[in-house]
Amino acid sequence: MRADFPLIFERSVPGRRGFGLPAPDVPSVPLEQLVPPGALRSRPPALPEVSELDVVRHYTQLSHRNFSIDEGFYPLGSCTMKYNPKLHEEVARLPGFARLHPYTPEELVQGALRLLWELGEELRELAGMDAVTFQPAAGAHGELVGLLMVRAYFASRGERRTRVIVPDSAHGTNPATAAMVGYEVVTVRSDSRGNLDLAALEEQLDHRTAALMLTNPNTLGLFEEHVDRIAERVHAVGAQMYLDGANFNAMVGVTRPGDQGFDVMHMNLHKTFSTPHGGGGPGAGVVAVKAHLEPFLPVPVVVREGDRYRLDFDRPQSIGRVRAFYGNFANLVRAYAYVRSLGAEGLRAVAEHAVLHANYVRARLAPYYEIPYPRVCKHEFVASGVRQKKRDGVTTKDIAKRLLDYGFHAPTVYFPLIVEEAIMVEPTETESLQTLEAFVDAMIAIDRECREDPEKVRTAPHTTPVGRLDEVRAARQPDLRWKPKG
Amino acid sequence: MRYIPTTPEEREHMLRVIGVRSVEDLFADVPEAVRLRRPLRLRPALSDPEVVRLLRSLADHNGHADRLTCFAGAGAYDHFIPPAVWQLVGRGEFLTAYTPYQAEIMQGELQATYEYQTMVCELLGMEVANASMYDGASALGEAVVMARDLTRRDRVVLSQAVHPEYRQVVRTYTEPLGIRVVEWRHESGLTPPDPRAVDGSTAAVVVQHPNFFGCLEDVRAWAELAHGAGALLVVACADPLAFGLLEPPGTLGADIVAAEGQPLGNPLNFGGPYLGIVATREQFVRRMPGRLVGATVDRHGRRGFVLTLQTREQHIRREKATSNICTNEALNALAAAVYLSLLGPQGVRQVAELCVRKAHYLKSRIAELPGFHLAFPGPTFHEFVVRTPRSGEALVRALAREGFLGGVPLGRFYRGFRDALLVCVTESRTREEMDTFVAALERAVRRGRRAVGGRV
Repeated sequence: MRADFPLIFERSVPGRRGFGLPAPDVPSVPLEQLVPPGALRSRPPALPEVSELDVVRHYTQLSHRNFSIDEGFYPLGSCTMKYNPKLHEEVARLPGFARLHPYTPEELVQGALRLLWELGEELRELAGMDAVTFQPAAGAHGELVGLLMVRAYFASRGERRTRVIVPDSAHGTNPATAAMVGYEVVTVRSDSRGNLDLAALEEQLDHRTAALMLTNPNTLGLFEEHVDRIAERVHAVGAQMYLDGANFNAMVGVTRPGDQGFDVMHMNLHKTFSTPHGGGGPGAGVVAVKAHLEPFLPVPVVVREGDRYRLDFDRPQSIGRVRAFYGNFANLVRAYAYVRSLGAEGLRAVAEHAVLHANYVRARLAPYYEIPYPRVCKHEFVASGVRQKKRDGVTTKDIAKRLLDYGFHAPTVYFPLIVEEAIMVEPTETESLQTLEAFVDAMIAIDRECREDPEKVRTAPHTTPVGRLDEVRAARQPDLRWKPKG
Repeated sequence: MRYIPTTPEEREHMLRVIGVRSVEDLFADVPEAVRLRRPLRLRPALSDPEVVRLLRSLADHNGHADRLTCFAGAGAYDHFIPPAVWQLVGRGEFLTAYTPYQAEIMQGELQATYEYQTMVCELLGMEVANASMYDGASALGEAVVMARDLTRRDRVVLSQAVHPEYRQVVRTYTEPLGIRVVEWRHESGLTPPDPRAVDGSTAAVVVQHPNFFGCLEDVRAWAELAHGAGALLVVACADPLAFGLLEPPGTLGADIVAAEGQPLGNPLNFGGPYLGIVATREQFVRRMPGRLVGATVDRHGRRGFVLTLQTREQHIRREKATSNICTNEALNALAAAVYLSLLGPQGVRQVAELCVRKAHYLKSRIAELPGFHLAFPGPTFHEFVVRTPRSGEALVRALAREGFLGGVPLGRFYRGFRDALLVCVTESRTREEMDTFVAALERAVRRGRRAVGGRV
């Protein structure tokens, strides 16, 4: 294996150091008196021995081998890769937040609790819901909280329901979450307009159904046109409506999940509320519920009493905890700053422009790429590379890889599973017309390349730090860590 | 509009190309009955300087660790974070990227994660580590479910000296799956290994090391007991820096380690985001939750890194996945990698040693104070429990007035511990801070006596 770029371990030189720790300032006691000799580490960990400058150069150079929103357009569908304001980054790092210990007495964390309370108020209004919890660390964690609450709700009524329904277009997290909560997963198909098939849903709905987990707009980027009727049918059998709020960006200020008939939802603050994605996390997944589910919220819940704020742990029907402490607080600070920066008008404009931009890119690409559901989309749309595959023997994966050469991140590909050769594009509201144009031009140029020079597309990318990587080898001969020689 | 670049003219142009007359037409598919026909009732929008002023004022209302000298731990530790860590991690190239789905342009994130996985394995003495989980507590919840899947048994023995909030999370994760959790009593600050704890239905024994009280568990003995019964040993850990000095769980026989990575370069952040660590043996890797990065080659034979063994994950396996986790704590894992690179083997040893020595100094000083005594006799790492002459809660409040976050009162976690404080000393504390803290403790107790007429 040839390596153009060293691992930090390969930069290691015995004896080199990158820290300046203090000498002990307390009376010296032989270590053996403090720690039983058998408990002491026998072999030091093989961590790299490098200078501070080595570390700075290494990770700076690694950062140059990364693509980010700060560098360019990132139309990764379902992920809402919008701009992450620098202002919100700075306020989240104020010592009053970043240096705050979670077990500081309540009267000394009033600023933090007030922030949470006010963020909760704003999110409740945006969602049309009655109560929130900040505990989930991400969307899937929110799904877990939501379904656990649904389960606890039925248990409190002496009911034991066993099934959760998900559409065939659902995020993989939905069925995975249902399984974690012990539910049997029932999949319902989508209809030809890209809506959940109402008749198919009705066939599955009965007293065994605990919940329908729906994403709206769904993962095809389409609004569920019958959401009110779906809610009616689901409620008619006593089941709960769960909203996967991954696509909330398309709805803010236009229509509220609570008004659509949802009982419980999660919001991905790292999507709609612009907290940075961090290369895969951390996120924050606030869960909002209607009043009948409030008793089951995880502990603690932030409450206000007059002008004081407090953490309420005394909630006998609570599902308990899904993590330590209170949530991914630093991201809640960023989301709060975001909501306060935009206000009501600004947030509605977010949804409007996210939808406008997506429809614009869809309209521009329609002559070149198959659009399987040719109707107005919401914040994202799904195209297909099926035409290029048939005509030129070039796959969606090839097209995605070729886009990297043009300086763009690729859209989400091969999802949702119900669209062959899916290409899911989410431009977001923070991108300019000029950026959207440049992306459209690249997609059109690639379509031409598929016809004229398909090999170039099939072997892409050509300009990236490494070429296409052997994923089969990675899975067959797992090499998951560097090993010291000898 | 803030953060939206589109001008009215551009908007008109886009609408024309789409072939609709207004933005309203783009929402024609939203049923009338569910539209919001009024403005949102939100607080008014603020300008940038107003946002800064508001957030500063909220931050100012908090007793943070630059204001209160921090002697609290209990799963959140005030270790020194070298400025290089967040100046590197905070670079937009890392901060504003997402999951490295397009490996060719994400080698930075992928390689850093591979390095992180290696460093975690080294520190914990384990064979494989994943790319991160949400936090230590949820990592433990997932680890217990993983043990159930590996053994196909459904009984779990959980030491009561595991962080109380972690135990709550384990119960939340296991209850719907029908896993029986048996809490095992602590005695004198330890979980004494007991053959009666394990039987043929036991999937795992869970101990924390160093445990919630700061004491060192007999991990080896628990490993033998667990393995003898065909069960796995799961070791929880709230501060992996302990293993700069102590024999790591892998060497002691742990099959799965679930740890909190906050102490590795991540700020206190009022409890999050933190970093969940899961590490295990190679043979168990296919039951592991979370993402994994592996090394491979590109089409020219050059080394490169990709997300791998994804057939465990929700986006492929759906309801059969090992977990539902998708978004993780990648940035916090990166911080841990940078932090551990800066420290190296000598650094982690030195930090751990400073913690032990300083904590021991404070422990001895407090033990000499009238009315105070150590709750448990055994050796500790950087935390210890003291019995206090006033309630832990009252004492912490009194100490806050003197500029100290004096510890974590244990009354809310354990019956019979209303007069107990869990005190933590990291390398960040100086002897002078500890001496003033001891004086403050004395004063707080004297004042407390006066205030309640001699009753405590």
